[in-house]
This record gives sequence, C-alpha cells and structure tokens, in this order.
Amino acid sequence: MNRFFLSINVRELVRPLGQLTLFSLGSAAALSIIVLIMALVLDQTIIGETLTEKLNVSLYTYTLINLPQVVLDGLTIGFVYAAIALGYTMVYGVLEFINFAHSEIFAVGAFVGVEILIALDQTGMLRNASLGMAYVFLIFAILAGMAAAGALAVTVERVAYRPLRGAPRLVPLISAIGVSFLLQDVIRLVEGLTTGDFNRIFPTFGNFDQRIIFGKLALGSTNLTLGVSIKSLIVIISAVLMLVGLNYLVNATRIGKAIRAVAQDRPTASLMGINVNRIISITFLVGGLLGGAAGVLYALKFTRIDPFVGFFPGLKAFAAAVLGGIGNLTGALLGGIVLGMLETFAGSYMGVFTMGAAGSEYKDIFAFSILIFVLIFRPQGLMGENVGQKA
Amino acid sequence: MSLLLSLNNIHSYYGHIHALKGISVDVHKGEIVTLIGSNGAGKSTTLRTISGMMHPKEGSIILNGKDISKMEPHDIVLAGLGHVPEGRGIFPKLTVKENLEMGAFTVNDQKVIEERMEYGFSLFPRLKERVGQYGGTLSGGEQQMLAIARGLMLNPDILMLDEPSMGLAPVLVELIFDIIETLNKKGTTILLVEQNALMALSIAHRGYVLQTGEIVVSDSAANLKQNTMVQKAYLGMD
Repeated sequence: MNRFFLSINVRELVRPLGQLTLFSLGSAAALSIIVLIMALVLDQTIIGETLTEKLNVSLYTYTLINLPQVVLDGLTIGFVYAAIALGYTMVYGVLEFINFAHSEIFAVGAFVGVEILIALDQTGMLRNASLGMAYVFLIFAILAGMAAAGALAVTVERVAYRPLRGAPRLVPLISAIGVSFLLQDVIRLVEGLTTGDFNRIFPTFGNFDQRIIFGKLALGSTNLTLGVSIKSLIVIISAVLMLVGLNYLVNATRIGKAIRAVAQDRPTASLMGINVNRIISITFLVGGLLGGAAGVLYALKFTRIDPFVGFFPGLKAFAAAVLGGIGNLTGALLGGIVLGMLETFAGSYMGVFTMGAAGSEYKDIFAFSILIFVLIFRPQGLMGENVGQKA
Repeated sequence: MSLLLSLNNIHSYYGHIHALKGISVDVHKGEIVTLIGSNGAGKSTTLRTISGMMHPKEGSIILNGKDISKMEPHDIVLAGLGHVPEGRGIFPKLTVKENLEMGAFTVNDQKVIEERMEYGFSLFPRLKERVGQYGGTLSGGEQQMLAIARGLMLNPDILMLDEPSMGLAPVLVELIFDIIETLNKKGTTILLVEQNALMALSIAHRGYVLQTGEIVVSDSAANLKQNTMVQKAYLGMD
C-alpha cells in the first residue's frame, strides 16, 4: 500500500491543474479586458445611449456586471470542448489522422446516457430518488455513455481504419467521414424504430437544475442574480477530473509512455516489444471514453439532443484542437477553453454591442474564423511545434 | 557452436521490387557476424525481415529453434532478438531514462530494469549524465550509445546493429566498435550490418557480402579481408 502511494507522481497531478487554472484565468482576463475596452468606447456612442434609455445603466456597468456569469458559462462549455478535443488530438498524435467520426462517438455517448436515464425515469425511480441516489444515477449514466462510446471508438478503428493503415492519408479520412454519416443515421434509425422520436430530452431529476446564488447585483432598474447552476458545476468538476486523469495516464504511466513512443516512432516502438495495434486501440478507447463522458455532460447541460448533436460540438472541438496545436494534449486543453470562452463572450455581448443587429446566433462565426486564421498564420497551433509532415 | 539464428533461402519484396533473392545466413552462439555491401544491396532489408518489420514471401527464419518468419516484431523481441535500427530510432520526445524504460517495456520487474539500466550506464557513462534529457537533444554519438543501451534492456540472445557507425566521427566509431567487441566477449551474439567494411571485418568472426539482394561471398573475416573482390569493391584497395 505504502509503495503504491510512493509511486504516485504528484507533479503530474498538480501540473495539469495549474495549466487548467492558468488557461481559464488567462483567457477570461484577456477577453474581459477586450470587452470592457469595447464597452468604454461604445458607451459614448448611440449604442451606449440606447442601452441607458432601455435599462437605465451604462454599457460599461452592464458589461462588467455580466462578466462573472459569462466567464462561468464559458468555462463550462470550454471544458466540454477540451474533453472532445483531446479525443481528436490523441488519435492525431498517434496516427496523424483526423478521426472525423469522433463527433458521432460523442453523440452515441450522449444518447446511451440519456436513454438510460429516460428508461429509469419511466420506472419512476428518478423522481422518487433521494439526492444521493440521483447522483448515483447520473454517474451511472455517465459511465455507461463512456463505456458505449469507448467500445464504439475501438470497434470503428478496428473495422474502418486499421485495414487502411498502409493506404494514402486521404483514404482513412474519407472512411472516417463515411463512418460519421453512417453513425448519425444508425442513431436516427434506432431512435426512430424504438421511440419514434429522435429528439430526446434529458429527464429532470435531482437538484441539477437548481442554482447556487452568490448574490444580487443592481443593474439599473432591474436586478441581476449572480449564481451558478449545479449542472454547470458538475460539468466543470467532471471535466477537470477527466483531464487530470488523462494527463496522468499519458505522462506518468507505462501505457502512457508506450502511447508517446508509438506516436513518435511506430516501427521502433514495435522493436521494443510494444504491441502497436494494442496501443492504437487503447488510444481510441481513451479518446472514446472522454468523448462519451463529454456527450452525457453536454446533454446534462443543454437538455435536448438529436442524432446530429455531435456535429457542431465535434467541429468546434476540432477547431480547438487545431488552435492548440493538433497532436498536443496541453494544446487541446488550451484550445478548448479559449474557444468555449470566446464563443460565450461573443454570444453574450455581440447582441448588445451591435444593438441587436447580430445576436448570439452568430457566435459560431468566431469558432470557425479562428480555425481559418490559425490555419493561415500559425498552422502548427498555439502550442504545436513546427515538425513538418512525416513521410 | 550451436546455431542461434538461421535464415534459409529468404525472399523479401517491397511491393513488386524483389529486394532479397534467396538469402541464407547462419549465426552461431557467441559470434560476431557481419553483412557488408553497398547501398541498396539489401543489408537493412535482411535485418528488417528478421525482426518482423517486413515478412518474407518465401523461406524460413529460425531463432532458438523456433520459426519466427511469420511473427510480429513485438513477439520476435520476446523470442530473444534485439534490433538497433538504421538511424537509431531514438524517441526524440522521451528522456534518455524513458527511452531505456521503453527498451524494457515487456519486463515487469522494476529491479531487473534498474540493473540493466546500470549495465548500460557502465558501458556508456555519458548516458548517465544525460539521463533526464530528451533523446532528440543528444548528439549523434550519444544517440547511438542510447540505441545500443536500449537494445540491451531485454538482455537479447542476439543483438542486430544496423550501421552503428553512420554519421559518427572516427573516434566515436572506434568507441562504438570497442563496445560491440566488449559486449560480444560478455556473451552477446552480434549480427552487424555495416558500410564501413574495414571496421566491421576487423571485429567480426565471419562475414557475408551482399550484392543486389544476393549473397556473393561468405567466409571468415580474415579471409574476406584477403579476398581481391572484397578489397576492390568494399575496402577501397586496388
């Protein structure tokens, strides 16, 4: 027992926590400064005047008072993106291949988790559950979503990618896109046949929808309650646990070292007695587990899911992975957090800054503009190294 | 001397290119055997075929009495074969220590791993100074030392070295070849591929000369050094 504790590498547990805090605070601070400066400037214009007329508050005060809430929301979605982005980036690191079916792995995780909860709900167990049992059910749903997504990811690799291992790079990519469409339609088919409805709603139970209120702030003639919903907290805490766990797996365990060795030089890794195919399967498994958990957490946070639920989060997480430097785990964390934060800031402030001309429905512009700008000006991403293409 | 490794009439292909055209090589326990030949003769291909990185179309490869010609590299390693690949194959973003640990990936006993690591450090003290450094930051000579030390982590019956002198300064080449001789004296059988035929023949017991995928001469190292064809083609003598 003692030996076991001695062998835990504390540094690898603390380091990712530090990185997550740094990335969160850093991106929150940078974006806050930008919107506050914009608010100060726009305050003197007709935009500020209109807001003062409507809410009896200056644009600057409005922006400042909304900030804590925006940052919290940004963090929540940012951590979800980071968890999905890790799936893309791990597979890319090992195979130099973008697994475009990862968004559907995420969706399958979400569906399995939600369907289990709906089934439990129909037996009445959820409604009568004590608070403790509600959390047990939620954790069970998350674990089931992870297991299903992990198993699916391993299967997809075995069936659709491994036979194409020696083929030109474009071939497995096209296979991945095919798998992505296939899985979307399989979800639709299964849901259509079994429930007749492929919009599924996360059941209401436990205390997840409640908000912890920190206080009220006066905002002109109205009051603004400052708080955080319990489900956002659950998302943040679970994501942090997963991200720290993954970092530990990759950096401080034997399997993790083997994953890195296979990523750096596959033929030589096999000469070390490492079963390369098994390591690749493990990589897909880990990516799938994270994606599946992210799926259930996403459903918890946004309540409604449909067979295409994976598309946008998947694409944004891909953008996040590219932003951070694809193949780089720390980069995926950074990219996910920055992207989630940016999107939430844009969604929250764009409406009021443009007097309602461009509302939060345009927030996706930011995620994908970033993708384009990164590809043009820093194709290796924020934390990536310029390694060039491997043969 | 007992037969440790034996290739019988091996044919290997890269796609449609017939790279090895019926190679037969024997390595006995305790020997240093060298394969010499010019670029593209099939020396590295022979080693890659032995270690399972490519599979022969025809022929058998017997290691310790077991046919390994259809096995995968990670299983062949367990059968007692170490392969230090061409270009050294150092993991650039793993530390020296992690590189060595990877060499012992299939060993579960931490004590054994540490003992073998110490053995490697005793051969190459320089590696001990660099233990926490990334493999990619080492010099070419240090990388070759690391590759050999890593190849010894599984305590193989036979160690195959692919061009250990490539890109190294003469003084380092001497050092590496001294170590190879030392290893052999301590009981490791060596199969050495070299373009530097003079160096290879100076430490080897026997040698095979490859030309375009075929063995043209095989003899004791001493005799090969006296062979006029070998002298002319590979030793730079007229």
